[in-house]
Amino acid sequence: MVEPIRVMEGKAAPLKVNDVDTDQIIPAQFLKLLSRKGLGKYAFYRWRYNEDGTPKPGFILDDPRFKDAEILIAGKNFGIGSSRENAVWALLDLGIRCVIAPSFGDIFYNNAAKNGLLCIRLPEDLVERLQDRAMEGDLILRIDLEKQEISGKDIEAIRFDIEPHVKERLLKGLDDITMALLYEEEIKRYEERMPSYIIPKPSRFLHE
Amino acid sequence: MTAKTIFEKIWEAHVLKEREDGSALLYIDRHLTHEVTSPVAFETLRMTGRRVRRPELTFAFMDHNVPTGDRLQPIKDRLSAEQIKTLMRNAREFGITVFDLLSPFQGIVHVAGPELGLTLPGITLVCGDSHTSTHGALGALAFGIGTSEVAHVFATQTLWMKKPRSMEARMEGELPYGATAKDAILWMIRRIGVGGAIGHVVEYRGSAVEAMSVEERMTLCNMAIEAGARSAIVSPDEKVYDYIKDTPYAPKGEEWEEALQSWRKLPTDPGARYDKSVSFDLSRLEPQVTWGTNPGMTVSVTEEVPDPRDFDDPSERAMAERALRYMGLEPGTPITKIKVDVVFIGSCTNARLSDLIQAAKIVYGRRVAPGVRALVVPGSQLVKRKAERLGLHRIFMDAGFEWRNSGCSMCIAMNEDRLEPGQRCASTSNRNFENRQGVGGRTHLVSPIMAAAAALEGRFVDVREYELDREIPLEWEAA
Ligand code: SF4
Repeated sequence: MVEPIRVMEGKAAPLKVNDVDTDQIIPAQFLKLLSRKGLGKYAFYRWRYNEDGTPKPGFILDDPRFKDAEILIAGKNFGIGSSRENAVWALLDLGIRCVIAPSFGDIFYNNAAKNGLLCIRLPEDLVERLQDRAMEGDLILRIDLEKQEISGKDIEAIRFDIEPHVKERLLKGLDDITMALLYEEEIKRYEERMPSYIIPKPSRFLHE
Repeated sequence: MTAKTIFEKIWEAHVLKEREDGSALLYIDRHLTHEVTSPVAFETLRMTGRRVRRPELTFAFMDHNVPTGDRLQPIKDRLSAEQIKTLMRNAREFGITVFDLLSPFQGIVHVAGPELGLTLPGITLVCGDSHTSTHGALGALAFGIGTSEVAHVFATQTLWMKKPRSMEARMEGELPYGATAKDAILWMIRRIGVGGAIGHVVEYRGSAVEAMSVEERMTLCNMAIEAGARSAIVSPDEKVYDYIKDTPYAPKGEEWEEALQSWRKLPTDPGARYDKSVSFDLSRLEPQVTWGTNPGMTVSVTEEVPDPRDFDDPSERAMAERALRYMGLEPGTPITKIKVDVVFIGSCTNARLSDLIQAAKIVYGRRVAPGVRALVVPGSQLVKRKAERLGLHRIFMDAGFEWRNSGCSMCIAMNEDRLEPGQRCASTSNRNFENRQGVGGRTHLVSPIMAAAAALEGRFVDVREYELDREIPLEWEAA
């Protein structure tokens, strides 16, 4: 279900805001939706719409130059806060396939890897330079995950680090469950020696 | 034998497989789930023809969007109703125990789990909710997970995870008059920042933590997430065992003895090392009030709203400016001059019985200020019932508070309990993000006693002006 990523190329958009929490990426009111598709129109909702639902101009991704952006260059601590995976789905549905930032919220980072959204950490000054460059509206970046390298016109190739397991997962578009079930033996062995007190047994007087 | 932290002990006991890339397959002893992050996970199971591997280790709660009014009335919000119905259907289909809206054990998952005896020391516990770290107060290794991971745990009872780093948060000294665990954690986040614990499992220790009740420790663990932590934990002690003993799902008889024996081996060994350490002296802590739009934007009640010009870092300055604009506050305003429209005593941070008792001591015999809407939303129906046995509901209602049924309520505003645009709220919850309590709502995070006092005066007050441990009539015996 997850698309493998090897090399991607796309328009980059700057989002010069630090500490963008998942609540800003997708407000809680849209968590009630029962599916992961179609969340893009609610992404960054409160930056893009007024209370009455009319569009609020000025949000960078609504700028015609960035409408088709696939790479978001964000500020530090991107995706902190609530664990909602919907934040990743919303970005993907918006067409974002890669986020570059100085740092990420942990849960967001993990959720991204599982859903085929590439998150790249780069030093803050480099991110700021890329943001400034992207602001011009015509920055196309080529990201080679295999080589761990970002390149673009007038941009010296940038190496980035990524945890090997995150890389492998993104490269292969691996499904976690299948990977875990390769270890059925180990799971069974644990379950056999698991102390019985860990398995909850309701008291016969549950009402008290 | 090398000295180990409690986190390492639990981690090692649950690792089934380590891969060269550094990720480990962990066995999960307990999976708690709720109506908002589970539907897509169940859908994933159904789509791939999988079952829940260990339904007897899995428990479902309804909390995030449940109405807190009359439970016998139909649910007005169509999507909430839909999610609640979906959870019922899924629980039935997959054989999971669910504490539904009419259950006497319904409640916020992080309040209900521990009080039902589902949370135990030494277990791994996960829930599709970021504040799962709360359960660490009982010595469980507890992680908040995303929806794909929820599906993963359903299907395999395991989780892939890279081992987090460890962080010691030492809290020493005696909490002074009027300062609570909530103030301690707000203070810590203020000091280390909202990213200060990213990637770490925080272990709280030190004399102040040892002196705290289990419920106070839950408040600490609950909000570690707001400093970016992956989880939080406290080494268990006799207080924890007493808290669990005789709860509905606690081990009984011989199993209890066996459990105790193994739990006593859990606490961190002397000399164990951490990747990072911070320490705080709490002996001069004052009641805290947040002024901005993240929990690190906090000052003491005796201070003033800060001036963005005093921040050296330009990005922090910009954030402070933005926060003040959103909050509708002028720099230099004394905190005690800030008026409130709404007071919310609730959430998985601060809506346990001890929180309500403390707040009731302030409220007893007094009245909510005119024009203020004040609500108490107990963390669980069990908390509510215990509180009613003590007569707390009457104390709150006589004072003009609403006394509601349990749920997340105005912590996240997914049900009807929400702020109107521009309204200002003293809230015992854990997040003061923009729009969190309702679009345009302005949240100030405080302790339950600070919230109670704010309700009485219609503005923030230094709660130390009140007699905090006065005797009030409690009715337990009569019940
Ligand atoms: S009370 Fe608030 S923080 Fe706690 S689980 Fe509910 S929504 Fe999350």
